[in-house]
Amino acid sequence: MTDISHIEKPRSQWADVWSQFKTHKGAVAGLTVFVTLILFVTIGPFIWTVDPTYINPNAAEMIRTRNKPPSWQFPLGTDQLGRDMLARMMKGGQVSIAVGLVAMAISILLGTLVGVMAGYFKRLDGPLMRLTDLFLALPLLPLLLVMVMLFRDPLARAMGPEAGTFLLIVFAIGVTSWMQAARIVRGDVLALKEREFVLAARSIGTPSRRMILRHILPNVVSPIMVSATLGIASAIITESALSFLGLGFPPDFPTWGRLLFDGVDYIQQYPERVMWPGIAISLTVLSVNYIGDGLRDALDPRIRGR
Amino acid sequence: MLTFTIRRLLMAIPTLLFISLVIFLLVDFAPGSPMSQIPLTVPPEVRLKIIEAMGANDPLFVRYLLWLKQFFWVEPLVLFDTLFGTSHAHGMQRIVSWQSRSPVMDIIWQRLPQTLSVVGSAYVIGVLIALPIGIYSAYRQYSWFDQLGTFIAMIGFSVPTFFTGVVLILVFSVNLGWFPSIYDTSLRVTDWESFLKQVKQMAMPVAVLALYNAAQISRYMRSSMLDNLAQDYVRTARAKGMAERVVVLKHVLRNSLIPVVTVIALGIPTIFGGAIITEQVFKVNGLGALLINAIHGSDLPMVQTLTFIFAVLIVMFNLIADVLYGMLDPRIRYD
Amino acid sequence: MKLKTALLGAAATLAFAPAAFAERGADGNVKVLYSQAVSIMNAYLSSGTKDVEVGSLVLEPLAGFDNEGNVIPRLVTEIPSVENGGISEDLTTITWKLTPGLLWSDGTPVTAADAVFSYEYCTHPEGGCAQAARYEGIEKVEAVDELTVKITWTAPKPNPFTAFVGATSPILQAAQFANCLGTAAPTCTEQNFKPVGTGPFMVTDFKVNDVVELAANPNYRDAAKPAFATMTVKGGGDAAGAARAVMETGEFDYAWNTQINPELQSQMEAGGKGVFVSAFGTLVERIEMNLTNPSPDLPEGERSTAKHPHPFLSDIRVRQALSKAIDRNLLVEVGYGNAGRATCNLVPAPALYASPNTDCIEQDMEGAKALLDEAGWTVGANGIREKDGKPLKILYQTSVNAVRQDFQALVKGWWNELGVDVELKSIDGGVYFGGDPGSPDTFQKFYADVEMYANNFDGTDPEPYLAQYLCDKAPKPENGWQGENVNRFCDPAYDAMVAELATTRDMDKRGEIAIRLNEMLTKDSYVIVPLVDRGRLSAHSNTLGGVVLNTWDSELWNASDWFRIK
Repeated sequence: MTDISHIEKPRSQWADVWSQFKTHKGAVAGLTVFVTLILFVTIGPFIWTVDPTYINPNAAEMIRTRNKPPSWQFPLGTDQLGRDMLARMMKGGQVSIAVGLVAMAISILLGTLVGVMAGYFKRLDGPLMRLTDLFLALPLLPLLLVMVMLFRDPLARAMGPEAGTFLLIVFAIGVTSWMQAARIVRGDVLALKEREFVLAARSIGTPSRRMILRHILPNVVSPIMVSATLGIASAIITESALSFLGLGFPPDFPTWGRLLFDGVDYIQQYPERVMWPGIAISLTVLSVNYIGDGLRDALDPRIRGR
Repeated sequence: MLTFTIRRLLMAIPTLLFISLVIFLLVDFAPGSPMSQIPLTVPPEVRLKIIEAMGANDPLFVRYLLWLKQFFWVEPLVLFDTLFGTSHAHGMQRIVSWQSRSPVMDIIWQRLPQTLSVVGSAYVIGVLIALPIGIYSAYRQYSWFDQLGTFIAMIGFSVPTFFTGVVLILVFSVNLGWFPSIYDTSLRVTDWESFLKQVKQMAMPVAVLALYNAAQISRYMRSSMLDNLAQDYVRTARAKGMAERVVVLKHVLRNSLIPVVTVIALGIPTIFGGAIITEQVFKVNGLGALLINAIHGSDLPMVQTLTFIFAVLIVMFNLIADVLYGMLDPRIRYD
Repeated sequence: MKLKTALLGAAATLAFAPAAFAERGADGNVKVLYSQAVSIMNAYLSSGTKDVEVGSLVLEPLAGFDNEGNVIPRLVTEIPSVENGGISEDLTTITWKLTPGLLWSDGTPVTAADAVFSYEYCTHPEGGCAQAARYEGIEKVEAVDELTVKITWTAPKPNPFTAFVGATSPILQAAQFANCLGTAAPTCTEQNFKPVGTGPFMVTDFKVNDVVELAANPNYRDAAKPAFATMTVKGGGDAAGAARAVMETGEFDYAWNTQINPELQSQMEAGGKGVFVSAFGTLVERIEMNLTNPSPDLPEGERSTAKHPHPFLSDIRVRQALSKAIDRNLLVEVGYGNAGRATCNLVPAPALYASPNTDCIEQDMEGAKALLDEAGWTVGANGIREKDGKPLKILYQTSVNAVRQDFQALVKGWWNELGVDVELKSIDGGVYFGGDPGSPDTFQKFYADVEMYANNFDGTDPEPYLAQYLCDKAPKPENGWQGENVNRFCDPAYDAMVAELATTRDMDKRGEIAIRLNEMLTKDSYVIVPLVDRGRLSAHSNTLGGVVLNTWDSELWNASDWFRIK
């Protein structure tokens, strides 16, 4: 598998990681699915140029095109107002994937930062963990409502309504979901700190920054990966919950979470309408999970060497 | 470890007081008011009178101090009275909900049984399923069992409970008629028949929640086991000729439990918090439904009390988790 | 042979009219599902519909309304009128005669003193009574004798059927609530959960916001009723779940307010386990136009106030065009089905007060476009109309609710067709209807150009409802943004006519004035754009008989007549 013949060319670490990643079947499949999904939501709207919020203003026409099953004209059918589901899935996916990834990144970054700091520096442990307790205890709904009240209008004015709403949503989700990752990372760091290799590194005077980056972080990658995958799923669902507080995007703006929620009302008559967003969310989460699996294996020098 | 525990317990008091203040300020500051529950047919003058009678117009710190007194003095006294038949708390104002005008603690006691039986057993079942699945999945990484487990776990986590709940109701209540779609909180288990009824009505909400919990915990268990299986000490232990069973279930498992303990400890307080959506779908009317109703109605005394009890549990279980870390890995020291 | 036919006939009558011969408690248990759970049984401490209605099973007023809006006696021998001398000629007093021999569920007699006490209970200045409006304008309530209650009004009262009439002003037992006046009201938990009443049922177990268990009242005035020995009122969940429990799984006999999409309605009905029943009252879903400028560029405290008229909605032609572009029948079909009908009126009922106007029902897109052209709004480059370089852009807000979001999307589509740019916004109901002056998102503050919600009035007299649109009822910073005139509508002629209505005693004349007032707000000015007259939709199983839906009083108004169809 390894290219021993190219030994004269020193290979970079990332090329190594990539070649190891490629051998992981699940990861490759996951990556393919994920890229396909991204293409579907980004390039898709340029090929399928139907407006996702278009409702036929002619009442008779609209009645005729509502609640349609999949057909050539509407590949995924239409909803109760005659809006094209394929276009809505594409448009919705843009937001859902973006929100899922960014909110997850914020929460993982915050969680890892707090967790590592608390686990590594004894002085910070108390205050940071009490802060975590505080955030865990705060009731989510009032907290979100307060955030909307304070930040929605200023953000919308500064960045335009869409960008402002996006920022508010990912920030709101990120800020209210980092605590679990922080507790997990801290627990692992507490144990790692007492391991022989860390003691050895410390005894030769390695500065804290390098200790954390080179020795601690690589060893807490796997729980972080798990948190990240689970985080995407909950961020996509939470986004739809937020729109019920008036925190989310305007009500006619589709997202996967909202399509799923709206679809549940029609599950008996038109089960496909709830299937599409359900499948899309599950596929996203599954593919990210496999990519995460592959990445973890590829990043682990012990496995890579094998 | 003992001094650490005592120190942490002492620390918890100011922490919790601070948390209670923050919660109080937050809930009070949040937009929305108890008036949202009053129909629009009620004129504004009457609305103002209602709000005044609730005491919602008193200055903030007066209400906070009153709540503190009621929570830490009156309510324990009431509890003491009911336990020992005394009447120390006679005539004292208890914490009263704005929505129902009845003592908050009484309602919480009323809701505990169904919350504990549904959400609690779902959690226990979830953990019991998740641990073996996680362990075996990691041990046989990339086997068909692992792949299937991953698949179900990921679907289970990404499909929200408002969806799975409705699907279960449609299949098992509407089409098959096996289980009731509505939870009967007045059911008393007295004999075999009523027990069976209780099991039947618990089946669907417990299944929905257990799947969700198991999905999450099994992922952490699996990844942590994988990390440890690759460690040098495992090779050493095997080389020593230890039985595979002992290696995996004693050495590897014990070292892999730290993140799992964290997740479980974080999850136990949420049992008390209830499962808002699942409770709503199956009309369990547990603590989750109580909290969300109170939040929607801006029932400040109720939200404050529930959230504060929740905070106490969080602080307590995180402390327990910290103590457990030390037991699982004696190298972890806190002093 | 003849005898046999006669016997068969008699048997058939027996079989078809089990209620007439049933004895109290013969039909076992009846299960009722409220998607909003009951918090309290005392209507004076909570005005939530669910609390008032379930409370009405136990606590009764002197008189109620039937399903046609007529006043019917409950605890009295007859309805007072000027003809029978119950109402004085000058309309300043009304005298009620209690039925002799009435007993509370605990066996003690019902007396006029109980009614006087109920009045005192609700009008206590520190009690925070939710139904205080029912007792407005009363000078005194006195017990003339054991069975006679006399109410004296401060001024002639054309509609005296407010106090002690309808589920929102029931009679409490003085003996039970004696220590619950004023500030003590909320502390009387036991009394508020298990009141002693005169209704067909009494509470045996009360779980807050969860379930109420009731049993037949042994002292109910009709010895043969109720047919059910016990009743269970479960709460929680949502409308779809409630409908399902009656229509599909058959676990419950009656579900309250099962507002689900019309298609699901017909599918559930096809299952054959139950039926939906609907009735129309005065609830109207409407779009309200903001006559003041909500622009965020204005300083706080001046936004949406009379200081700044709206840049374009103050032009009636724009408002009319927006109304013309809406196809109300389609809205009904998408959102409500049989439980709604298109309307152009703010007051859709009772017939006496309802305007015959239907000019808005027909959608008229071309007419709407012509109006906008006439008003000087020309179609710009991107299809959006503009005038003096300013685009015609509307912010349209409402509360979070699946049907309302569908309506928003549909209306947006039509307005886009007109060349109007529309931004939609949905707000959590708790915030939107909460009236918190600190929040920018309340419907009273109205920081948007148009907003949508539904409202109705209590009882059958629209006078207080129409009086909501007086100039001085506009929400503004000075009154803490409280007030019902959310449009900031202000017309001296309207104010004068409301004053005239308040002093008019002749019913036909009252009807005329109310219709005029209604039209001044709707078809004359398009300040309020009514969309749908929303009916009440509930479901009951095929085995539950005697259900008559009533929108003028408690929905459970005739629960004493319910019976099991065997």
